Amino acid sequence: MPARWQEVVNKIDDYRWEIPKSYKAGMLVPGLIFANESMLNHIWQEQVFQQVANVAFLPGIVDHSLAMPDIHWGYGFPIGGVAATRVKDGVISPGGVGFDINCGVRLLRTNLTEKEVRPKIEQLVAELYVNVPSGLGSEGKIRVSEKELNEVLIKGSRWALEKGFGEAEDIVATEESGCLKGANPDKISSKAKKRGIPQLGTLGSGNHFLEVEVVDEIYDQGVAKAMGISDVGQVLILIHTGSRGFGHQVCSDYVGLLGEAVKRYGISLPDRQLACAPVNSAEGQDYLQAMACAANYAWTNRQCITHWVRESLIKVLGKSRRELGLEQIYDVCHNIAKIEEYTIDGKKQKLCVHRKGATRAFPAGHPDVPDIYRDVGQPVLIPGDMGRCSYIAVGTETAMKESFGSTCHGAGRMQSRTAARRSLRGADVVRALTARGITVKAGSMGSLAEEASEAYKDVTEVVEVTHKAGISRKVARAIPMGVIKG
Amino acid sequence: MEKEFEIVDHTADVVIKAYGANMNQAFANAAKALFSLITELDNVDEVVYRDTELIAPDQESLLVQWLNELIYLFDTENIIFKRFDISQLNNTRLKARSYGEKVDSARHKLKTGVKAATYHMLKVDKTNGCQVQVLFDI
Repeated sequence: MPARWQEVVNKIDDYRWEIPKSYKAGMLVPGLIFANESMLNHIWQEQVFQQVANVAFLPGIVDHSLAMPDIHWGYGFPIGGVAATRVKDGVISPGGVGFDINCGVRLLRTNLTEKEVRPKIEQLVAELYVNVPSGLGSEGKIRVSEKELNEVLIKGSRWALEKGFGEAEDIVATEESGCLKGANPDKISSKAKKRGIPQLGTLGSGNHFLEVEVVDEIYDQGVAKAMGISDVGQVLILIHTGSRGFGHQVCSDYVGLLGEAVKRYGISLPDRQLACAPVNSAEGQDYLQAMACAANYAWTNRQCITHWVRESLIKVLGKSRRELGLEQIYDVCHNIAKIEEYTIDGKKQKLCVHRKGATRAFPAGHPDVPDIYRDVGQPVLIPGDMGRCSYIAVGTETAMKESFGSTCHGAGRMQSRTAARRSLRGADVVRALTARGITVKAGSMGSLAEEASEAYKDVTEVVEVTHKAGISRKVARAIPMGVIKG
Repeated sequence: MEKEFEIVDHTADVVIKAYGANMNQAFANAAKALFSLITELDNVDEVVYRDTELIAPDQESLLVQWLNELIYLFDTENIIFKRFDISQLNNTRLKARSYGEKVDSARHKLKTGVKAATYHMLKVDKTNGCQVQVLFDI
């Protein structure tokens, strides 16, 4: 084993570092890390090179096993990993999507300014906390039968709309219009359904959150305007959650099933969590149909929460929905596998793009970008930690050429949860946030310490790398004012 | 008393190592480690139990499935388990009775949500006593 990363990587430029195939016998393609030089020390210490290399073992992988700058040590795939496999002879890996299938971010804009909201922020955070179920073991306000759950799994956001949770414009501004095609509830275990029924319409715990934030910098006025962001001081609402226990069970079920498929298809892997099956096999198709169900569950979840966020603002601010604005800017998923088309070696090919902690970043003109953003590109939503800031960016042509239309998804953890708990107390984290004008409400003080700023990389550094490498372009930055943590 | 389990640092998730004089005990201690991540077990009483029977292709898979079964029971029934009686365990089969209590928010402070047990860094080792290692996605 080489002692230093300098002995392993080939520097391509200041933001691109290649791990050659010679790094580990069995790699089918090289690895490529988007990072700056100072990030590489941490990445190296964390065994991320190994994980990027392990992903390069997946049959049918094309081009590179990719790592975004927020990369950190995961299980099987690194978090911040992107891998594209050929549909015709490549594999799909549930581990390349993760347990929280379609974990994602939704951003709403308002017509409100910081001045109007600041005096009411405590009241607003308290109202949101009551109105949006959150925390470990919380149950949703929605009661669905198994039959209704099946409809959720097939229809996604549209189901929520039909029940009065949201507006048609929300769906237009959602990746895949809030419904991944091919969802088949027959491919879902009764266990997943049992976990999913009570948790629909819940934020959850861990790194999931709801944030009231303020635009504090605009980098690209034109694109910001297309997203309805007009001024510094404008208030936005950010929602970060996924498919809850439903998605976790789907992933557990299929990692087990595909672990057996690996033996049947004679696939050799360096890590069992990379369990996979040919995309075109019965097992691979079953997973894709089940994964689509979980993706649709997550979109329904975020759609219902959006409705309660609107209700909360209407109540606390005493204004109508129209006066408040409260339109959806966009909704992205950052744990997903998608069948997309790319030009590889001059030929158009269908690929299965795994994004594990990575955001789709399609450019202006791409047919999958909704009309409202066709001229500027797909909005990319990059939450930071709760004390710093989050970014709004936009997809680029460079992402299409180099990163399978993908960019980073957040700050990326730096410190372990146990280390964060050891060094910080929840109460101190609250005090520090309050001192910076951030009102926070959390279900557990311990989980608050785990999610403190100190535990994360600086999202600004991460976004700088993606911006300078060109795989997404900065549009605006927002700083938190109120945070609800599960 | 011999050490039952320990929590090992990992950036995004949690790795546990559990020990036992035999594999039954190591599996039981891995389960105890899991619930110790979720809450303080001292305040949990043994008032309900659930029986589990599992078949898996190998002992490593059996460990992952056993822990995921307990996560499923916690998620759907809100039961915190604290004692595990594993009556049968070989390479492919596990039979256990787990004792614990339904979450009472007045007495039980929930700490960390555990999404799943994974196969990454998974170890079942009999060379030096019995030792298992699991990474949980948090």
